[in-house]
Amino acid sequence: MSGVRVLVGTRKGAFVLTSDERRTDWAVSGPHFPGWEIYHVKGSPADPDRIFASQSTSWFGQLIQRSDDGGKTWQPVGNEFAYDGVPGTHQWYDGTPHPWEFARVWHLEPSLTDPDLVYAGVEDAALFRSNDAGASWQELPGLRGHGSGPQWQPGAGGMCLHTVIQDPRDPNRLIIAISAAGAFRTEDGGKTWQPINHGLRSGQIPDPDAEVGHCVHHIARHPQRPDVLFMQKHWDVMRSDDGGGNWYEISGDLPTDFGFVIDVHAHEPDTVYVVPIKSDEHHFPPEGRLRVYRSRTGGSEWEPLTAGLPQENCYVNVLRDAMAVDSLESCGIYFGTTGGQVYASADSGDTWAPIVRDLPAVLSVEVQTLP
Amino acid sequence: MIRVHLPAHLRTIAHIDGEVELDLDGPVTQRAVLDALEARYPVLCGTIREHGTGKRRTFVRFFACEQDLSHQEPDAPLPAPVASGAEPFLVMGAMAGG
Repeated sequence: MSGVRVLVGTRKGAFVLTSDERRTDWAVSGPHFPGWEIYHVKGSPADPDRIFASQSTSWFGQLIQRSDDGGKTWQPVGNEFAYDGVPGTHQWYDGTPHPWEFARVWHLEPSLTDPDLVYAGVEDAALFRSNDAGASWQELPGLRGHGSGPQWQPGAGGMCLHTVIQDPRDPNRLIIAISAAGAFRTEDGGKTWQPINHGLRSGQIPDPDAEVGHCVHHIARHPQRPDVLFMQKHWDVMRSDDGGGNWYEISGDLPTDFGFVIDVHAHEPDTVYVVPIKSDEHHFPPEGRLRVYRSRTGGSEWEPLTAGLPQENCYVNVLRDAMAVDSLESCGIYFGTTGGQVYASADSGDTWAPIVRDLPAVLSVEVQTLP
Repeated sequence: MIRVHLPAHLRTIAHIDGEVELDLDGPVTQRAVLDALEARYPVLCGTIREHGTGKRRTFVRFFACEQDLSHQEPDAPLPAPVASGAEPFLVMGAMAGG
């Protein structure tokens, strides 16, 4: 019998939620690593029993945990993230140069085909790769060495590399995004990188159309149509039809185009989900009503999804890595909130119900579809 | 024999129950104790001292014999009661909770 495994990272531990394909009854295990911030937990597409977790505290720094049995047991693996060469400086919040300092791993992206290969997007922004299932990590220095690195600056949450997207057609093609530098693409496995921010416009920076400096919150791609990308930016929901070469706005009739998450339906490449947040100053849903917005036309026309979601007095946020989709026949959508709820829909978003509702603040949600 | 007392989070990740007991050859210093601790529990590398620089992490403090040893030189001798095992070397998380 098939089912799903939902991997939840929170401010105070990780949780593993499992259900069969009906997705109505859930078993909850955890907290794993109680008391630690778990920025991201993600399983290997090549070996679903292999799961990586990013674990950190301000006191004791960063650990990477790995499970080889589907999240039942875990072991710490390598935790040394050393920048290549002399790290140099990037911009600080006040515009002055600031040394590159490793803070934590925001995002772990296991290879689509190799269970021992995993990427780590870190703060301060850089991309690391492990070829030995997390035992050791090496930076791909061409990204920071692209030339614009000294101009990158942190967003409010830090200067994090939070999105890593693999191209199912070619493992050497990657797209990453950094807050608040923008999106970058490599065609050669990370040796060289090009900024892909043409068409983004950000009124908060001196040149609104600058090559870098845009606060990209998240990027999503459908595996069957890799050249189409969807982006939730600090303001604006954007789309590219040429692998990031050019972007155009698809915010359309959204009540607000500020938000963090964006994801694509597993079987409908033109069905896209966002969770609008009132503004960058408020970070909660408009009118205290938690609504997922769905577009079935690839953007611009959006419909609010409310069934089962709180429609009054709700002031939670949904962070950038906290939405995921499963690939069962009736596509499941999942998201977690800073209020500790994880909501699930087993019918592409038409109806929702909480799986759990009193976790610590949710930082990330990933889903594995199990055979 | 040197006794080392670790905070709960570090005992958990290293699967340590109670205090750690270490036998050292040579001078009993902060560096020698932490080197021996990390050699026995490699998972603790990077959690007390930074990778590369070996500096004490910002929110970690060292105490023994009711003294704050956090700012002592790493190669300074630790107090005699620590060297004899009469008192433990305490690794603490600073009061910066959240």
